[in-house]
Amino acid sequence: MSFEWPWQYNFPPFFTLQPNVDTRQKQLAAWCSLALSYCRHHKLYTLGIMEVQECPVFNHKNIDRKLSTEAILIVFEELRKKGNLEWLDKNKTQCLVMWRRPEEWGKLIYQWVSRSAMVNSCNTFPPEFHGLEEWMLIRSLQALQTDGKAEVITMDDGKGVKFF
Amino acid sequence: MDRFTWSNGLLEMNETLVIQQRGVKLYDGEDKAKLDVGIALLSTHQLIWRDLKNHECCIAIPLSQIIYFEEQAAGIGKSQDPILLNFLKERLTEELSQKRWESTPMSQPIPTATNSQTGRTRAVGIVGIERKIEERRKETEKNISEVRREIRWRETRAKEMVELSRSIANKIKDKQGDITEDETIRFKSYLLSMGIANPVTRETHGSGTHYHLQLAKQLGDILLAPLEERGGMMALTEVYCLVNRARGMELLSPEDLVNACKMFESLKQPLRLRIFDSGVMVVQLQSHSEEEMISSALDNVTDKGSLTAEEFAKLLGLSVLLSKERLLLAEKMGHLCRDDSVEGLRFYPNLFNSQA
Repeated sequence: MSFEWPWQYNFPPFFTLQPNVDTRQKQLAAWCSLALSYCRHHKLYTLGIMEVQECPVFNHKNIDRKLSTEAILIVFEELRKKGNLEWLDKNKTQCLVMWRRPEEWGKLIYQWVSRSAMVNSCNTFPPEFHGLEEWMLIRSLQALQTDGKAEVITMDDGKGVKFF
Repeated sequence: MDRFTWSNGLLEMNETLVIQQRGVKLYDGEDKAKLDVGIALLSTHQLIWRDLKNHECCIAIPLSQIIYFEEQAAGIGKSQDPILLNFLKERLTEELSQKRWESTPMSQPIPTATNSQTGRTRAVGIVGIERKIEERRKETEKNISEVRREIRWRETRAKEMVELSRSIANKIKDKQGDITEDETIRFKSYLLSMGIANPVTRETHGSGTHYHLQLAKQLGDILLAPLEERGGMMALTEVYCLVNRARGMELLSPEDLVNACKMFESLKQPLRLRIFDSGVMVVQLQSHSEEEMISSALDNVTDKGSLTAEEFAKLLGLSVLLSKERLLLAEKMGHLCRDDSVEGLRFYPNLFNSQA
């Protein structure tokens, strides 16, 4: 399934940071949503600022418009505030993109675990967990632990999880 | 005789001449000294003998060194006047007893004293430099006080001129009443162009001066028609050019124009001065509707898909400056949004708002 671009993507003003505050809010919201859905679609978990500028999301060659680095950073800041992004370094060159937040993942895992437990069969990971990177998994489990729904146990050959 | 010293014969400051006696001969012991014809001067401090033939020859003996004197029978000579000599003797006795030289000591001739002749020849080097500095300082001070005097004089004169122009203006006004208010304006603008600050302007600022009020009324009349032609709005620079072209000789200063325009509202004129965020100043018709202007801008932009300020100006027949202000205003209201790229600044309808 190919990625579906939103209508804003073809609207030139989308690539200019709007001075009007209300307009800007709507614009940034649209950008956050676009960035996340793109990452989700392509299963991207980490982004580097350098390659991001050339990424089709921020650089629309067809209409000859691209988002400035300044604006990209503003979009990323919005994502960070919403809990969808985490910087890996102080210089802000690499970041983790959590198009699904740990809490959301945790919920999914818990639901799956609950289902599997009832079915009592061999458990294979459903498609939505494909590509889930370990760091994301750990965070999700930690989120569940905070919620009191799971416990991460250290065993001889690694870590295990106990669900409640 | 060896107690006598050469002297310049001049009395010092604290010294007073008591008596002088002509025809006095000096004897050195038994011998007659070469000092023959002279004049004896008795002062409070010393006894001076000056040679009448050779004025520079002058000797003196401090009274303090006279231990004892006695009268000798005068030698035979016409030049001696026994009465005077007696008198001299008496006075000498008196001075010796009074010893006035002790209470008022003769000032030692100090080398730096400017009146002392001996002093002057010695004042070179540091002392001379010090004196020069002092002289220069006195000179400078004199110059400064002169300059200060001149400045004060000029101030007085300027005040007089302003008073004069004010009194003339008042005279004209009072004599001929209402009709010549126009002439008063002309006169004042004439003064202004000559460089004399308009006294009326100085009296009141902000609350409106008579001059500006009159001007505002005039502008209200002049500008109505041009404003209608231009869609109800004109940049202040356009107004300035228009008005001054009409006046011909008595030109308006930009300041006066702005001040007059600020009074439109209080005069209930159908015009307003308006300042945009960017600082651009315009005069617009009171009847001019903001919403109408913005919605028409939006229509135009929607119609064409997008517009730059230049395109919009061409469309409306307005200046680029004013048309840009309209677009910016519409953007501020949220009706338009911008596309800023290397191709230029373009305005679009604000679909972020209107579309889901």
